[in-house]
Formats: sequence, structure tokens, C-alpha cells
Amino acid sequence: MSEHVSSVKLYVAIWLALLLGTGLTVAAAFVNLGPFNTIVALAIASTKAVLVVLFFMHVKYAHEKMTKLVIVTAIFFLLILLALSMADYATRLWS
Amino acid sequence: MHTSPAAAANHEAHENPALLHHFATAEQQKDAASFGMWLFLVTEVMFFGGMFCAYLVYRYWYFGDFGAASQSLDIKWGAINTAVLICSSLTVALAVRCGQVGKQKAMVVNLVLTIVLGMAFLGIKAIEYKAKFDEHHIPGQASFHLEKSIPGHPDRPVNQQHAQVYFSLYFAMTGMHALHMIIGVGLFAFLTYKAWKGAYSPGYYTPVENAGLYWHFVDIVWIYLFPLLYLIDRHP
Repeated sequence: MSEHVSSVKLYVAIWLALLLGTGLTVAAAFVNLGPFNTIVALAIASTKAVLVVLFFMHVKYAHEKMTKLVIVTAIFFLLILLALSMADYATRLWS
Repeated sequence: MHTSPAAAANHEAHENPALLHHFATAEQQKDAASFGMWLFLVTEVMFFGGMFCAYLVYRYWYFGDFGAASQSLDIKWGAINTAVLICSSLTVALAVRCGQVGKQKAMVVNLVLTIVLGMAFLGIKAIEYKAKFDEHHIPGQASFHLEKSIPGHPDRPVNQQHAQVYFSLYFAMTGMHALHMIIGVGLFAFLTYKAWKGAYSPGYYTPVENAGLYWHFVDIVWIYLFPLLYLIDRHP
């Protein structure tokens, strides 16, 4: 079997990056960035999530494209759920 | 003459007892199991997505009240729990790697460490829940009271109904996440027993890998819950 085996060093590096991201997002929460507090927090969270998916969940090395297709589909439908719901709720008071 | 897939399967079945007869190769069997797990995780994304959507709508409507309620959470415990979960994701990833390279003892150690870290997370969550009960921040409680004003408006007290919506979502989302953690700890307890008995080898460690995918997914849910519930309304 041609299974990709990542080195322990890589796993530890990703682990350290995730801990660093946690520290950063806590520190950023105490700085007043106005509306950008939310954007910075979500950007750091998404970066951490991508690291977990690519390296811990081995998607970077997945030899079949179906896994990637499934993930993109999940994100796409999640965004439809959030965006179309907000398109309704956020505009109800406009008239 | 070409070797038929059935003949190839028969040949491989002798080498790998874990290979089921309706799969041609062990690789195909593993891909099918992994694909099924990913499809399950998609349903989990939509499951948690519904709650994230409710959070988004109510945060938009009751923005100030959500900010005040969010500030009542203890950032210290939230941050420690995030670190604990990240450590457990590392031990899971290392356990799967042990499966790939056939290190049975190290796999058992990593699985036990994962269980310990998972329990630590749940214990810290229990401390946080206990504090919420002590402070009367339980939605629906007759004595519910959040003694705070809207952030940036010291003269405007919090709307108690709206604050309860925040805590309803807080308990629903972290509670559902905790339930997933409890299921995960149970899965890893079972896998530890099987690994200790020597059920997994480089030729077959699919259950460890799929439980790992589940655990990493639960980790990702927390990676989003932590900033949304604890952090984004914290700034002065």
C-alpha cells in the first residue's frame, strides 16, 4: 500500500502552530479593532481548521479526489445555509 | 491471460485477513470506509451548521445583549480547553501514525492520552457549567439574572430575555459538542482495548483512522465555538 506517512516532526510543528494560533486569537480579543475583532478571530480559526484538515486529517495527501469534493460540497452548502438565512433575517426591518 | 479481479482478491485475502470478500483490494476497502466517514462528517457539518446559523441570526438581532452575555464567560477556561483539545488532536494523529507504521504499544499510549485529555476537557467544561449555575445564568431559570449593561452603553441594562437566548445557544452548542466528546471518549476506550489486544496493523487500522477523523472534526467545531462564544465581544 502506498499510504503517505507524515513525520512526527510535521505533526509536532502543526501542533505548535495550532497552539500559537490559540494564543494569538486570545491576545487579539483584548485589542479593540472595532468590527475587525470578529474578522480576525474567524480568520485565525479558519487557518487553524485548514491546518487540522490538511495535515491531521491527511487531506493534503488524499490520493482520491472524492474526499476533497465532499469537503468543498460541505462548505458550499454550509455557506448557502448561513448566507440565505441572513439574506432573510438581516433585511426584515428594511421596509 | 489477465488475472481477474476476483482472482486478485482471492490472492490478497490470503495475505490480509481483514479484507472483506466484496472488496477487490485492501486499498479499495479502506477508501470506501474513509469516504463513508467523510460523508458522515458532512451531515455533522450541517447539524452544527444549524446551530451556528441560529447563533448568527440572534447575534445580529440582539447584538448588545449577546456582547454583554459573552463577557460573563471565563476566557481562561475556554483558552485552556482549546489547548487541551489541540493536544488531544496531536495524540490522535500520532495514534493513527502508529497504526501506519505498526507500533502497537505507542498506539495504546497515544489512545490512552487522548482519553485522558478528552476527560480533562469535559471536567473543565463541568467547572464552567457549575459556575453558570452558581451565577444564575441558566436560561429558563426563574432566578435568571445577568447584572450587566450593554457594552459601550453603561446606562442601558441588558434585556434579560435576550441574554437568555445567548445562554440557550451557549448551552446547546457547547452541550452538543460535549456530547460528541463523550461519544469520542467511548470510541477511543473501545479502540484502546482492541489495540491492546493487537487488532490493528499497518494492513488494517481503519477504525483508528476513522475515529481520528471524527475527533479532529469535533476539534474543529470547538476551534470555531471558542472565538464566537468567548472572544469576539471581549474587546474594551
